[in-house]
Amino acid sequence: MVQGLRKDLRIAAIAIIAMTVVLGLLYPLAITGVSQVIFPGPANGSKVTVDGKVVGSHLIGQEFKGKAWFHSRPSATEYSGNVTFFGNAGPNSAELREEIREELAAYVKLNKPYDHSLTREGVPVDAVTQSASGVDPDISEANALIQAHRVAAVRHLPLSKVEELISDNTDGRSLGVLGEPGVNVLELNIALDREAPLK
Amino acid sequence: MFQGYVQIAIFVVVLVALVKPLGIYLARVFQNERVFLTPVVGPIERGAYRLFRVRPEAEGQDWKQYARSLIVFSLLFWLLLYLILRTQGIQPFNPEGFHSGPWDVGFNTTSSFLTNTNWQYYGGETTLTYFAQMAGLAVQNFVSAAVGIAVLAALIRGIVSRSGKSLGNFWQDMVRIILYVLLPISVVGALFLVSQGVIQNLSHSTVIHTLTGGTQILAQGPVASQEVIKELGTNGGGFFNVNSSFPFENPSGLTNFFEMLLILVIPAALTYTYGRMVGSQRQGWAIFAAMFTLFIIGVVVVYMAEQHGSPAQHAAGLNTHAFHGSTGGNMEGKDQRYGIANTSLWAAITTVTSCGAVNGAFESLTGIGGAVPFSNLGFSEVVFGGVGTGLYSMLLYVILAVFIGGLMVGRTPEYLGKKIGAREIKLVSLGVLFTPLAVLLSAGAASATELGKRSLYAGINPTGFSENLYAYLSQANNNGSAWAGYTGFIQPHAPGNVGAFGITFADLLGGAVMVTARYAPILFVLAVAGAMSGKKVSPAGLGTMRTDNPTFVFLLIGIIILVGALTFFPAILLGPISNGLTGRLF
Repeated sequence: MVQGLRKDLRIAAIAIIAMTVVLGLLYPLAITGVSQVIFPGPANGSKVTVDGKVVGSHLIGQEFKGKAWFHSRPSATEYSGNVTFFGNAGPNSAELREEIREELAAYVKLNKPYDHSLTREGVPVDAVTQSASGVDPDISEANALIQAHRVAAVRHLPLSKVEELISDNTDGRSLGVLGEPGVNVLELNIALDREAPLK
Repeated sequence: MFQGYVQIAIFVVVLVALVKPLGIYLARVFQNERVFLTPVVGPIERGAYRLFRVRPEAEGQDWKQYARSLIVFSLLFWLLLYLILRTQGIQPFNPEGFHSGPWDVGFNTTSSFLTNTNWQYYGGETTLTYFAQMAGLAVQNFVSAAVGIAVLAALIRGIVSRSGKSLGNFWQDMVRIILYVLLPISVVGALFLVSQGVIQNLSHSTVIHTLTGGTQILAQGPVASQEVIKELGTNGGGFFNVNSSFPFENPSGLTNFFEMLLILVIPAALTYTYGRMVGSQRQGWAIFAAMFTLFIIGVVVVYMAEQHGSPAQHAAGLNTHAFHGSTGGNMEGKDQRYGIANTSLWAAITTVTSCGAVNGAFESLTGIGGAVPFSNLGFSEVVFGGVGTGLYSMLLYVILAVFIGGLMVGRTPEYLGKKIGAREIKLVSLGVLFTPLAVLLSAGAASATELGKRSLYAGINPTGFSENLYAYLSQANNNGSAWAGYTGFIQPHAPGNVGAFGITFADLLGGAVMVTARYAPILFVLAVAGAMSGKKVSPAGLGTMRTDNPTFVFLLIGIIILVGALTFFPAILLGPISNGLTGRLF
């Protein structure tokens, strides 16, 4: 019994070191090395550049304010890319009811002057709810099409042009079927600013 | 919703298609047969045995020897991981210069990763060095998964064996499962994930000057290599605090699909492996059918509930119906690229298995939607369950069903030709009841005392009750998903561990629950395997109760629901179901 235990201790001591080296160092470092060579873009965060300067990541949303930009979804983390947490608002939270009420009113107030047909019932859910990641890079197509009226008017662009930019910057479902379509807000705003820069 | 159901159907079809080929492969690995990877992996495997100085073919272990190797191995690894988490300041691969976190959170995290739970009080990107993530946590993602699968292999051998007491060799099982199954899939899967946008580097976090002149800091790290095994091994511990909802862990609909598949594929395929090893595929498919039925009911319920929206949203005047260009539904705590369907499907997958990775916020699920994760955990992770752990726990229920069925028809219960005696039934009962008991005692202790209150986020209401109950349900079942408001770690000056401290009660109770509810059932299962091994097999007669037909599947489902419902229904009623039925706001 004691001899068996001693033997187990010996094997286990070697095994935990060997496994830590192989699974904890060799494996991730090899994957890192290979990724850096064959997929350097995605491996380092799918960064997006404008005039040679990095302005963000295709995958990580940013906060946009003001009438001249498409706005991202509400975020619990103010679009933090290095301190992440959930909003954790429960389904029966009275506080959440108030927050959504305010978000709804603000959204209608901001966009209705440019899109007269907009009512509270027409506001898409993603526009007034907090995402899970806090950095959701996308908004729904309905959300983008409502904001298009405002952005087009402020930037003096024809609505059709803005709608074209939206469709250019919509990531459809993967393989045409998986997930939901989303309009990439950062890419859309970059394209928009290229088309009609703010003075 | 039609599009959502199409996506769910595609997932199911792909999963079922993989069950047979992977199931056969796993059986060949368990039975030490040649597989297509043998020419590459064989020399490494033999090298490992030489290094460990074991001769597996000559050293078959009975259940006590197998258990002893497993416990000694786990104990040493526990110490090593705790050491790694407590020495962060001197580690390489630490570009952010993080120091170690508090001791009590370290205790919880160590216990969490050793036991395949991956419950996370800490936030990955704000407290851990890359070294601790890679060489500490991700190693356990492989090892704890392999331990679960090894125990299953031992149990199957015990059920099948007609002579002798050997259940196989623990060291050989570990080596083969890691080298032939977990590591190869991880290598391919990690590279695929990187190609789709999951990051994999050792860089310092990137400071970005945003388009509108603001600043955003993007955390970096070796994410893909950890992401893949976190799903494949049903571990679930995210590199990032918000887990697989963070785009650097899960960037698109395709990666989401792939990751869901990784979570479920081994637990599902093991049913086929089982059928093959006991010599009757129907036995495996019967278990698969019972699991699948309970799984798919959960998927439909959570999807319908989430598509309906929540009382708070309706009270605020939000239109939660779908219309052109908008998914509708409860998008609180969900990301646009997955939408309602894929966040709902993920929630069901990650809780039937013991994975616990999430791509949305569980605490923001609707009441009835949230009742699905609760019920899935209430079934003690036997519906697919963790890799290995799910099926070995399910086999305890199968034996229990055989026993109860035997009582009903008045015959000595037999399973696969072996008589089930008093000793087996005692061990099975202990194995079945241990985890629920651990849940109720710990959740009760935390909700009945002031000590548990400090961890609550939602306060004293049904959501707060859910937080507390789910925390212990999740930890005892080694799942790791959370009503994430519940905490055992306070970090005032994030990131880094400066000024951070743990809530000792929650950390220690949770850690103790994870360890006991992992290893006690393992010991019961191995003891059952020992008791079954070497038993005489009597040929099936006319009066033998069959365990491979729809009647038995129905009986098995009934017993799982009965045990789970009797144990947890009153508690679940006070939490999510209260939220779902009243529509009252708190």
